[in-house]
Amino acid sequence: MSSPARPPSARHDPRQNPPTDPAGGLAGAADGGLADGRLGWPDDGMARRLKALALTQPLHDLDARKRLLDGADLSVYAMAELALHAIDLVTVAMDFDRGASHDQVLRRLTPLAAAQAPRRPATEHERVARWVLDNLINVGSVDRGFDAVYGTYHPDGRYERRRFDFKLLVELADPAGEIYLRATDEAVTVLVGALDTDVTSAQVAAEVTLDNLIRRGRLSDARAAAEAARYRTVQYAEQLRRSLEGTRRDVLSVDWLHTVPALVDEALGHVEARYRHENAILTHIRRYRDSAADPARKRAAADLVTIVADCVRRHTQLQARLLEAFAVFRAEQDRQQFAPPAAGGGTGVDLYTQLLAPTLARPAGEAARVAGAFFGGAVGVRAPRAPRLADLVDALLRPPVERDPLGAPIPEAELSTWEEPARFGDDAWTIALDLLDELDPDAPRRLSGLLAAARERGAGEPVATEAAQLLVLLALHAVSPRLAAAHRRGDAAAQGAGAPAAPGAQGPAPDTPGERVLLAVDDGTPLDDPEFGGADLLVGRVVVTDRPAPVDERGAVGADARDADAAEADAAEADAAEADAAEAEAARAGAELVGTR
Amino acid sequence: MSGDGEAGAPAPGAPGRAPVGAVARDAAELIARGLRPRLVPARDSRYRELVGRYLREPGFAELTHAVADGLGIVVLDVSERAGLVAGGLADSAFAVRIGDYARRAGGEHRAADRMLHALAQLAVAALAFPRPADLTDASYVGRVSVDGVDAFVREATRLLEARTSGPDPLLDGADGAPPPDGPAADEPRLEAAWRLYARRPATGTTRDSRRLAGSTTGVIARAMGFLVESGCLVPVGEEGGGTFRTTPRYQVQVRELAADAAMEELLTLGVVTVAGPDGGLRVVPAVPDLLDAGAPGDGAGDPARPSAPETGASRQATDGPDAPEPADV
Repeated sequence: MSSPARPPSARHDPRQNPPTDPAGGLAGAADGGLADGRLGWPDDGMARRLKALALTQPLHDLDARKRLLDGADLSVYAMAELALHAIDLVTVAMDFDRGASHDQVLRRLTPLAAAQAPRRPATEHERVARWVLDNLINVGSVDRGFDAVYGTYHPDGRYERRRFDFKLLVELADPAGEIYLRATDEAVTVLVGALDTDVTSAQVAAEVTLDNLIRRGRLSDARAAAEAARYRTVQYAEQLRRSLEGTRRDVLSVDWLHTVPALVDEALGHVEARYRHENAILTHIRRYRDSAADPARKRAAADLVTIVADCVRRHTQLQARLLEAFAVFRAEQDRQQFAPPAAGGGTGVDLYTQLLAPTLARPAGEAARVAGAFFGGAVGVRAPRAPRLADLVDALLRPPVERDPLGAPIPEAELSTWEEPARFGDDAWTIALDLLDELDPDAPRRLSGLLAAARERGAGEPVATEAAQLLVLLALHAVSPRLAAAHRRGDAAAQGAGAPAAPGAQGPAPDTPGERVLLAVDDGTPLDDPEFGGADLLVGRVVVTDRPAPVDERGAVGADARDADAAEADAAEADAAEADAAEAEAARAGAELVGTR
Repeated sequence: MSGDGEAGAPAPGAPGRAPVGAVARDAAELIARGLRPRLVPARDSRYRELVGRYLREPGFAELTHAVADGLGIVVLDVSERAGLVAGGLADSAFAVRIGDYARRAGGEHRAADRMLHALAQLAVAALAFPRPADLTDASYVGRVSVDGVDAFVREATRLLEARTSGPDPLLDGADGAPPPDGPAADEPRLEAAWRLYARRPATGTTRDSRRLAGSTTGVIARAMGFLVESGCLVPVGEEGGGTFRTTPRYQVQVRELAADAAMEELLTLGVVTVAGPDGGLRVVPAVPDLLDAGAPGDGAGDPARPSAPETGASRQATDGPDAPEPADV
């Protein structure tokens, strides 16, 4: 293995070295020239693609030649894949002045070969890796490179064959004399860069196609053609409109025998041809537009789509009018020619020939007399405006109305807050609260007794039922009084020298000012009532005090509330921290205590 | 309904006079409705009833004519479609005079403006009823637009110009036509009417971007607006500077009164023109060219040419529309 130390890109990049580059003559050729009658035209895009294609040839060769190797059947290995790996390894290892050494590349490439055929011996893996690497360098050839032949068209139309020399991996020597590998620009560009493309992507295909069309000027050609056709369509429409307008006035004034049919035929032919052509354009360009991502190309395509769509729309309009044209003619002919003659008989005046044209020809003074005579008759009569004197005077004396530039003031809306009507009337509240207020702290009463009393006070009126319901609800509420709050309030009331606490702060539950809390207790007695069911609660009033002196208060309740539960609850709930939890508990219990039957 | 049952009769005194007074009142009411230009029998049941009575009862018709005559009005026609169409006698309080119509024009252009305003009315009618038969066919409805009328008159002036500058200016030249070579500068009333029209700009904008009232389209638009107020035209669209259709009332007025009055004036001037039955207007299919489509207003109007007796002259004129143009450019 020799090591040619010259830099590869200096000689082999055609763009940097035009004199030695056989394709250099194409650089100046303008692309997209649509040469008439010629087979091809100078197109450096085509040359570029042919060169890129040639760069992949050595890789394909590897797979084609692997069967011909002696000693073993190596067809199981995917050689092109290994070659790409090798180029990648070299490329990754390349920094600014160094690449990878042979050993490095082989060390990394051998496991990859082993992975493809794990049962083969390790020596074979190494042999494959070395073979691939040698072939990428093209060790066997004299200049350790590749070449490909491609053809271009000379500006005068001649076909020319040209040769493209290239290398993929080159061997270079560093200052210490050690040999290392670098990938050439061509290899990096094509095999690392360009091939890394999603070949199934419609978007990429659209981009490439659009780019091609734009570069060759095809897009603007299509646009110009579409615009010209649209212009022609507008002209036809205008001619047709003028003819139809004349026809509506007078059928005989338009030549429907030759001129208009010819016009219609011509226009229809135009519409047909353009419609087919432009729909084809529309179908394709619309697809490019939708899948392209580059904003500039997308816009170019979108512009063309807009124009062509407008053209198609106008063609369609024209076609519809063309089809109607003869119907208009027939209808007008029926109306104008076969209409019954005027009942009055006699011929009218030819206003143009007999009046207008002679009048125009007269001197201005005489023409004014003639036209003035016509004027009086033509405009008819008009009742003279004569205001009443009183109205006139009023109108003249009326001061001008001054307008406020800001307009009339906006009336301020009166908004009233809407409240839900109370569920229970005042009478029911009075009865229920009076009954509860009258409770002796030392003598709790049964709910049944309270209900009976309420009904008695209500005296059979609807208010009695209402009061009874309210009473039940209040009693239920009293099963879990908010003792903690009542306690705080009691303290405040005591400190405030007997100032009454805000009533109603605890909701509808009535309190004797500040100290006595309504409390209901279930002692197991069932309620016997026509309207309600559940427990016949004991309803009484208690005073909440601090824990150190619970005994007296318990006595107040305990006198009749012999139930141990009640005492426990009282004691527990005196503790503010536990009050809420107990409250919730009690409420749940209470809910089960009384229910409407 | 007969006059016997009229409860609203104003004179209940003598039994013999009441019916006559009621009938006269009805006749006057019919005329009063006819004087409201935009009212048509189709939209007013009382009007319809009175028109029906006019058509059925000769005595009522006679009385209507008598009442109208006393007011200085001529009943031109009474029909179910148009109602009562009246024309004012020259000294009637109901007649509209060109002097009142073109009152605002003043100064040196007063006479010219008055003439142009009157001419515009004539041109509108000429394009609205292009054939003689259109005036007599009661079902005919004409369509005119402001730009169309202007283009039409300008084409007519172009033909007149071609004729006066042409080799054979003797068609009307014998009896007092202007000299063929240009207008007389010192006597504006002797300048041909078409020159006045041709000299006016077709359109223009004022500083506050309204239509120039003195331009020809301004004059024509005013004429058409006035005809709309008079119940003679009905606007149908904005295209062409404003497009209108004719009403039966307009047809009657032009046919029965205006055309005759103008003919009479021309007759006193010694001008008699013979017309063919198809009218003098033709639509000339324009040769399609690019400039044409670019400026649709230019050729939208009907290029007019005089009828049969003058075919030679008109063909010469239409074939060479740009013959006089290069001389001007």
